[in-house]
Amino acid sequence: MAALRNFLLLCWRVFARPSVHFSLGFLTLGGFVAGVMFWGGFNTVLEATNKEAFCIGCHEMRDNPYEELKQTIHFTNRSGVRATCPDCHVPHNWTDKIARKMQASKEVWGKIFGTIDTREKFVGMRRELAEHEWKRLKENNSLECRNCHSAESMDITRQAPRAANMHQTYLFTGQNTCIDCHKGIAHRLPDMHGVDPGWSMKTSAK
Amino acid sequence: MKTRFLIAALAFLAAAPALVTGVIAADGPPPASGPAYQGPKVSSGPHPITLDVQAESTTREIVDDVKRVRNYADQPPLIPHAIRDYQIDLNINKCLTCHDRRNVEGSQAPMVSVTHFQDRDGQTLGTVSARRYFCTQCHVPQTDAKPIVGNSFRDFDAVLGTAGKEGGH
Ligand code: HEC
Ligand code: HEC
Ligand code: HEC
Ligand code: HEC
Repeated sequence: MAALRNFLLLCWRVFARPSVHFSLGFLTLGGFVAGVMFWGGFNTVLEATNKEAFCIGCHEMRDNPYEELKQTIHFTNRSGVRATCPDCHVPHNWTDKIARKMQASKEVWGKIFGTIDTREKFVGMRRELAEHEWKRLKENNSLECRNCHSAESMDITRQAPRAANMHQTYLFTGQNTCIDCHKGIAHRLPDMHGVDPGWSMKTSAK
Repeated sequence: MKTRFLIAALAFLAAAPALVTGVIAADGPPPASGPAYQGPKVSSGPHPITLDVQAESTTREIVDDVKRVRNYADQPPLIPHAIRDYQIDLNINKCLTCHDRRNVEGSQAPMVSVTHFQDRDGQTLGTVSARRYFCTQCHVPQTDAKPIVGNSFRDFDAVLGTAGKEGGH
């Protein structure tokens, strides 16, 4: 205990003592440059972990969600716009980003202990994992979907009547959000017993 | 002297993340599964498989949500909308999320008829019977493909000559 205190005190003294060898200008400028480098580096690390290549670096993610995504409209479509894993799964907003990354540490844990390292285990755990995602998207009002699709820019006269009706009745009224109705848009669904579709939900929370 | 070391150490600490990311970035794009594999060349239509012919143009799905006439009373109705990626398996039947008895109020979709609740002994069950679970066994979407062979089917009215008459009889 005392040793630790002494060490901290020493550090503080070095830190607090005025500089003998460097000018104030050098120190402020140097500090600024170091800060920029640090911040930039930090952001680059964050960027690197925000690419699909990073996600599917793990076989758990490559063999299951990625393989399934390839079949869907978010992988190939007439518009030629692709959604990648981070488009739907990592919030673009910076603070949200950190929060999500902290949660992602759980995945590293899962990797080490092999919670989903076989197809069977993945399928077995899918309902639980999916529920986390539904909850997140419900809470942020389907933020990630809306980064690409916005209700404001939807021209429902160009939509199939079925879709237009639904969006008019439940989406534009704010009663429900994308994920309430569009579960399983990018992956196969788990056992859905007890999960009502958006248009039949008893409660319209929010 | 000490301070200089300290500052050098701090500068190094600050630069470290940039070094690390350089390494990560150098990893490059994801492992694509080899050079784009085209798959075996399959010829279509009635000609020898050894012959390399131009593929037929693809057809468009009819997804206008307009109900089509049924050619006879118990014809399974055609699906007038897109069903891309609709999952029908043990986990979920996407069709029933709209057409199930419990869900039609919210979806305003037609409910599956009562025949779907009957098992093979004619017993009416509480929910859709197992033999009717796989919707696409009987119900199919349509495309604008032209029939390859002709069809001389005439419906009931055409056979009896009652077409156009009030009530059909
Ligand atoms: C280290 C390997 C690894 C990498 C890299 C990885 N994942 Fe995962 N992921 C896992 C494992 C293992 C789990 C299961 C965690 C558990 O047991 O809860 C998981 C779970 C998930 C879940 C379910 C989360 C939940 O709340 O239950 C999502 C969504 C996900 N990953 C998306 C991603 C995305 C997007 C990326 C890229 C930014 C990514 N993963 C990168 C291994 C990985
Ligand atoms: C990277 C942008 C992007 C993101 C993020 C995104 N989408 Fe899409 N989505 C698209 C594109 C592009 C299409 C295809 C448009 C087309 O060509 O018809 C599409 C198509 C769709 C369709 C139409 C499916 C069909 O069969 O016609 C639905 C429904 C949909 N998205 C829902 C969602 C939901 C729900 C989310 C959030 C979980 C989401 N999208 C996130 C870009 C995105
Ligand atoms: C009340 C339920 C409901 C909500 C909420 C909802 N949708 Fe839909 N949406 C549907 C239905 C039903 C369809 C048509 C059937 C299908 O595609 O499976 C549809 C179709 C679509 C289509 C395809 C349009 C077409 O012409 O085929 C897109 C794109 C789409 N939705 C995006 C979204 C997005 C983005 C949100 C959130 C901003 C959203 N939807 C919210 C029910 C909903
Ligand atoms: C268009 C948006 C979208 C894209 C792109 C997308 N996901 Fe998802 N993902 C979802 C949604 C929505 C869920 C919630 C479960 C559901 O509705 O299918 C989900 C669920 C998951 C889960 C939980 C298990 C499960 O199957 O439900 C994992 C793991 C996951 N995604 C990983 C990935 C990875 C890895 C990628 C990239 C290869 C990816 N996702 C791309 C929207 C997306």
